[in-house]
Amino acid sequence: MLRFTLQRLLTGIPTLLVLVAGAFFLMRAAPGGPFDRERDLPPEIEANLRRAYHLDEPLLQQFLHYLGNLLRGDFGPSLQYRDFSVSELIRAGFPVSLHIGALAMLLALLIGVAAGTWAALRQNSAGDHVVMAAAMTGISIPNFVMAPLLVLLVAVGLGWLPAGGYGGGAWRHLVLPVTTLALPQVAYLARLSRASMIEVLASPFIRTARAQGLGLGTILLRHALRPALLPVVSYLGPATAAVITGSVVIEQIFGLPGIGRFFITGALNRDYTLVMGVVVFYGVLILLCNFLVDLVYGFLDPRTRQPG
Amino acid sequence: MSATADGTQPRSLWADAWATLRANHAATIAFWLLVLLTAAVLIGPLLLPFSYEQTDWDNIAGAPSLASGHPFGTDSLGRDLLVRTLWGGRISLLVAVVATTVSLVIGVTYGALAGYLGGRVDQMMMRLVDVLYALPFLFLVILLMVLFGRNLVLIFVAIGAINWLDMARIVRGQALALRNREFIEAARAGGVPTGRIIRRHIVPNLLGVVVVYVTLTIPQVILVESVLSFLGLGVQEPMTSWGALVNEGAQELETAWWMIVFPSLFLATTLFCCNFLGDGLRDALDPRARDGR
Repeated sequence: MLRFTLQRLLTGIPTLLVLVAGAFFLMRAAPGGPFDRERDLPPEIEANLRRAYHLDEPLLQQFLHYLGNLLRGDFGPSLQYRDFSVSELIRAGFPVSLHIGALAMLLALLIGVAAGTWAALRQNSAGDHVVMAAAMTGISIPNFVMAPLLVLLVAVGLGWLPAGGYGGGAWRHLVLPVTTLALPQVAYLARLSRASMIEVLASPFIRTARAQGLGLGTILLRHALRPALLPVVSYLGPATAAVITGSVVIEQIFGLPGIGRFFITGALNRDYTLVMGVVVFYGVLILLCNFLVDLVYGFLDPRTRQPG
Repeated sequence: MSATADGTQPRSLWADAWATLRANHAATIAFWLLVLLTAAVLIGPLLLPFSYEQTDWDNIAGAPSLASGHPFGTDSLGRDLLVRTLWGGRISLLVAVVATTVSLVIGVTYGALAGYLGGRVDQMMMRLVDVLYALPFLFLVILLMVLFGRNLVLIFVAIGAINWLDMARIVRGQALALRNREFIEAARAGGVPTGRIIRRHIVPNLLGVVVVYVTLTIPQVILVESVLSFLGLGVQEPMTSWGALVNEGAQELETAWWMIVFPSLFLATTLFCCNFLGDGLRDALDPRARDGR
């Protein structure tokens, strides 16, 4: 298990390097610079600015410089928010994004797997069809459509919940963002766990367990759940990426002070360091999640632990 | 499946698939709805008396009404919402064609090469796909778009250039299975060059799965385009798209409900139909494929 862990950890490093290099050179290849304003700066000032941010050095040297700083956890200063470093902005926004994202993932896992299992036990019944139609609807309605429609209904129409804002993390402010963020994942997980549960329930070892007279609850929890969860676990990596991408949209709609807001503002203002910082930060986060998913998978399915 | 024993005609893969698809009512309805939507989007703007940027000064933010000639109402600049919604559909159709073609070409070429060549080349190529998979790809499209500027077609190409990973993986798996089959071996023994084997023998045998994944790629690229437009990073005024219309509607939520309801309805219906059709095709063309992602 230790060897497996180390091996997984090591394969992450080239991925990380490609990510950083890709984002860096793409951003630098783009036309236009961070000091392009409506009013032209005097050339001396611009030259000074470029020197201060090391923009006058050769590209490769800039990259090595950036890489060195990254290793020390320093993403550099934000070019747009002059008084803040990128690390400070990320540190300010991350708790909000994490709060919403983690709640959405938890909700998606619990409801998605439960609904999928429930439907699998009633394959091709009316209840199964209802759950699967609902899941298809959840997949087909994008969250930026769902969010305003829910706001229109619940916040504007019924007046039950606030339409936006973080409110210091009060639950009333979290219900709508978390729900809209979780819905597509609930739908995916329900479809996924239904399919794998149906397959597992049809396999011989479940028939044996049934023949031995075990109760349905015991069969589900002790025998079927673990193998049926394998596809669900391997989907958790892409799910994390989807939730992070979705959070950018959700934070924009509900006016939440998370990382996604900074990213969009940064992209519109060509704030190199901020955009780079967020992309690298999220890239590391997703790689870390994939690593954890691999570990959990190795724990659930001993076959994957074999070397080779 | 050997049907000849009892005297019935052997059926081709496509005839078989078509019959299975026809038996799937949800997929059939989805298919015809999509045909209808496509026709409306293509022909509709030609028949309506308004253009997508024309202001009707008598009806600023007018509610839907047949009497005023605006069945979907008008937006806060007095532009007819029906025409704008149909134009948004044209943009979605365009992204579906351009981005899907790009992802199709890259994905099939890449996957077929990796799968057919196998060995270390395959490992290197798939390692790259794994690396790209780990990237949050909406962020990458935004980066690419900053790079290319706001040119419509280039945005679409960028979306397609990002979206080929699934296709490459699926195609590679199939090609890997095909490369050891006898007819490929025969072609190799006969001295057919590698490029020609891939083009003439591998790719035609992949068409079934490719068709399925094309129908599943279309809703994905439509979705990416509308998210970008929603964030204000995609299609620019006065041209519009469903994402941009939903964004405008979201801002007038409390005063003009029709501005969000109609574009949302069109977008959701299209995605819904594409997903249903893709699912139906998957069942029809790839009987081993399981439900799920």
